[in-house]
Amino acid sequence: MHLFLQQVFSGLASGAIYASLALALVMIYRATDLVNFAQGEMAMFSTYIAWMLVNANVPFWAAFALTLAVSFIGGMVIERVVIRPVENAPVLAAVVVTIGLLLIFNALAGWLFTYTLQEFPSPFPDRPLFGALMTTRDLGVIAVTLIMLALLFAFFRFTATGLAMRAAAQNPASARLCGIRVGRMLAIGWGLAAAIGATAGIMVAPILFLDPEMMSGVLLYAFTGALLGGITSPVGAVIGGLIVGVTENLVGTYLIASQLKLTVALILIVIVLVFRPNGLFGTAIVRRV
Amino acid sequence: MNDGTAAMASEKLAVGDHAGLRIGTWRWLGIGALIVLAAVLPFGLSNYQVFELTQVMIYAVAVLGLNILTGYNGQISLGHGGFFAAGAYTAAVLMHRYGVPYWATLPPAALVGFALGLLFGLPALRFEGPYLALVTLAMAVATPQTLKYFSWTGGQQGLHVVKVLPPAGLPIDRDRWLYLFVLVVLLIAIRVAANLLNGRTGRAWMAIRDHPIAAAAMGVDTAGYKTLAFGISTLFTAVAGALAAIVVGFVAPESFTLFLSISFLVGSAVGGIATIGGAIVGGFFIEFVPNFANDISDAAPWAIYGLAMLLFMYAMPRGVIGSIRPLAAWLAARLKPAAAVGEISATSNKASTPQQTSQGRLE
Amino acid sequence: MAPILQLHAVKAFYGAFEALHGVDVAVEDGGMTVLLGANGAGKTTTLRAVCGMVRSEGDIVFAGEPLQRRSTEEIAAMGVAHVPEGRGTFIGLTVEENLRLGAYTRPGKPHDAMARMYGYFPILADRRRQQAGALSGGEQQMLAIARALMMAPRLLVLDEPSFGLAPRVVEAIFAIIDRIRREQRVSVLLVEQNASLALELADHAYLIETGYVVASGSAKVLADDPQIRRSYLGY
Repeated sequence: MHLFLQQVFSGLASGAIYASLALALVMIYRATDLVNFAQGEMAMFSTYIAWMLVNANVPFWAAFALTLAVSFIGGMVIERVVIRPVENAPVLAAVVVTIGLLLIFNALAGWLFTYTLQEFPSPFPDRPLFGALMTTRDLGVIAVTLIMLALLFAFFRFTATGLAMRAAAQNPASARLCGIRVGRMLAIGWGLAAAIGATAGIMVAPILFLDPEMMSGVLLYAFTGALLGGITSPVGAVIGGLIVGVTENLVGTYLIASQLKLTVALILIVIVLVFRPNGLFGTAIVRRV
Repeated sequence: MNDGTAAMASEKLAVGDHAGLRIGTWRWLGIGALIVLAAVLPFGLSNYQVFELTQVMIYAVAVLGLNILTGYNGQISLGHGGFFAAGAYTAAVLMHRYGVPYWATLPPAALVGFALGLLFGLPALRFEGPYLALVTLAMAVATPQTLKYFSWTGGQQGLHVVKVLPPAGLPIDRDRWLYLFVLVVLLIAIRVAANLLNGRTGRAWMAIRDHPIAAAAMGVDTAGYKTLAFGISTLFTAVAGALAAIVVGFVAPESFTLFLSISFLVGSAVGGIATIGGAIVGGFFIEFVPNFANDISDAAPWAIYGLAMLLFMYAMPRGVIGSIRPLAAWLAARLKPAAAVGEISATSNKASTPQQTSQGRLE
Repeated sequence: MAPILQLHAVKAFYGAFEALHGVDVAVEDGGMTVLLGANGAGKTTTLRAVCGMVRSEGDIVFAGEPLQRRSTEEIAAMGVAHVPEGRGTFIGLTVEENLRLGAYTRPGKPHDAMARMYGYFPILADRRRQQAGALSGGEQQMLAIARALMMAPRLLVLDEPSFGLAPRVVEAIFAIIDRIRREQRVSVLLVEQNASLALELADHAYLIETGYVVASGSAKVLADDPQIRRSYLGY
C-alpha cells in the first residue's frame, strides 16, 4: 500500500509536468486547430537558457523569471515569423512546419550545448515527507504547477486580453468585428504556451538531466494526456496529464519495467479513448452538414 | 486524323492535336520515356547511387500507401513506420528462417500488411483528427519496443538475410538487378493505385474524405471503404518494407522508429498528399535531403533538414505535385481553348475540324 | 448633411468571382438605410465590403475616412459595428462576456454601457451568466445587437436581423432598433428580406439584384412603387 501511494504521488508530480505541457498543446490547438509538435523542443531550449543563466550565477528564481520572459517573446516571434506563412494553408503543411521546427530546435541545442547530459539544479531540496510517501521536490513541482495554472485561469477569466483571446480562439471572424486583433492574440497564445513549456522543462530537468532529448518522452506523454482529457479542454489537459503520469508510474512499478512501459501506458490510454473517442472532457468535433 | 470520324472527334482524350498526335498519346509516350530512362539509368551510375535510387523507389511505395490513406481518404496516420516494419520483418523472417526466395516474400508481406491494416482500420473508425494521430502514433512507438522484446524476431540485434543474387547468366550485378526489381514493383504499385484511385473505390474514398455525411446519405458504405483504405494503404507500405529488407539485407528494431513514420508523413506532404506522383517526390525528399543537409552542415544537419521542410511548405503548401497540378491545368486551358469548343460542336462537321486543329496548333 | 457612409462604384470579389459590379450606396448621418433584394443578390456582400471582409474596389468612405485597405479590426475600432448573418455570438461564452467583448475597443469600464443594454434588453439581464449558446434565436439576436452597441458605434450594420425568428420577436427587435437609433443617434445600414417591415422604419432604400443597384430612393417612395410591391412585398 505504501509503495502504491508513493508511486501515485510521484506520478502526480511527473503528471504535473505532463499536464503543463499538455495545457500548452491544448491552448495552441484551440486557437489554431494545430498540434504544435515542437512544443517539447521549445521547452527544452528554454531550459538550456535557464541553465546558462544559472551557470552565470544568476539566482535560481531570477533565472526562472527571465527565462519565462524570453520564452514568451520567443513564442510570439515564432508564431508571427514561422507559423504565419502557413496560417491559411492546409493543416498538414502547418503540421510539417512544426515538425521542422522540432528538428531545428533539437539540432541547434545539440550544436550549441552538445549532447552531454547536464545537471540542472532544483530549487527544492529532495527530502522525504510524510514518512517517505513523497519528497519535497515532488511537492514543489506540484505547487509550482498549481500556481501557474491558477495564474493562467485568472488571466483568461478576469482580464480583457484573456477574454479577447478566448473569443479569438472560438470565433475569429466575430472577434475581428469586435475590433480584436486576432493575429496578435494568436501570437500571445504561442508566447504563453512557450512560457508554460519553459516551466515544465525547468521543473523536469533536475530529474531527467538536461540534454537535447530530454523533452521528447515528455512531449509524447503530454500529447497523450491532452488527448485523453480531450484536445479542446484545458481542464481535460491537466487531468489527462496527471492520469498519464500516475499510470506511467504504476505500470512501471507493477506491470513491466522500463522498455515496454511507454507502450503499455499508451495502449491503456488508447483503450480508454475507444470508449470516449473525444477524450474524457472533449467536445465532439462538430461537422456542419 | 483530319478525316476522322465523328466518334474520334468526340472522344474524351482528344483535347487538341499537337504535331498530329493526340494529347493522350503524348502522355503515354512521355510516361514510357520516363520508364525507359529509369530502367537504363542505373547502368550509368555508381553502385552507391544506384542503391540510393533504389531506396527512393522503396520510400515512394511506402509514401504512396500513406497518400492513399491520408491524402485520398483523409485518415491521418503517424504509424506507417510500424507497417513498414511488419512487411520488412515478414520478409526477413521468411528468408532467414524458412529459406523463402526473396521475390516470393512479397505476397506474404502484402497479406500481412493488409491484414494488419484491416485490424487497425476497424477500431480506427471511431477516431478522427488528432485522436487518430495518437492511436497510430502508439503503433509507431510500440513497434521498435515490441520487436526488441521478442527473440523470434532477432531481438535487439535484428536479423540478417541471405544476400540476393541476380539470376545466373544475366550480365548484371546485384545492385542493378535489385534496382530493376524494385522498379518493376513500383510500376505495378503505381498502376494498381491509379486504377483504384481513378475508379469507383477512389471516388468513394474521396467522397468520404470531403463530405462523410453526404457520402453516407448517398449509400456509400463509409465504414467499409475506410477500413479498406487502411488495409490497402498498409499493404503498400508493408510491401515497401519487404523490399527494404531484401535490398538492405538486414532488419533491426532501430531502423523502424517513430522518426520513420514522421519521415513518411513529411515525404507525403512535400510531394503532395493527394497525388500519386507526389509519392516519388516524397521518396526523393526522404532519401536525399538528409544527405544534402549533411553536406551543408557538419554540425547540425538535422537543422537543415528541418529548414528544408519549412521552406518547402512555405513555397508549396500543397506539396510539389499538388502545386504543379493546378498550374499545369491552367496552362493547358490557356494553350488549347479551341479544343473544348471542338469537343462540343464537332461531332459531325468534319470541315470545321481542320480549323480547330490548326487553331490549336497555332496557339 | 453629408452621409456618414458613402459607397461609390464599389466592386466586390470572392476570389476571381465578381459579386458586386459597381454599386453606389449612402447612409445619412443618423438615418437608416435598408438594402433589399433576393437571396444571393449581393446585399451581404455589400456589408462585407464595408467591413473589409471581402476584396473590393472603389471608394468606401466612413465619416470622412476611407475604409479601403483597412482590416476588419481597424474598421470596427473606427466605430462601425457589424452584426453579421447568423448573429456571430460567442456561443461558448456567457452573455456578460459577450457584452464585455463588444466594449473591447472602448476605454474605461463597461458597466454603464452594460446597464444601458440591460435596459434595452431586460431578458439579457436575467440571463447574464448563462452561456450564449443556450439562448433562443431571438435572445441571441438581441445579444448580438447589444454587443454591437457596446462599442458605442456611429454606424450599426445589421445583416438580416429577422432571420429565423418568429414574427412577434421580429417586431419587438425592430421596435428596439428604431428606439436605439433615435436615442443613441446611431446611423443604421440594414439588410433585410422582410421588406415591408424594413421599409416602414427606414429612410432610404436600395434594391439590389445580381450585384447591381436597380432602384433607390426614399423608403416611402419605394414602398409605394407597384413593381416593388409586387416583387418584394407580395401585393
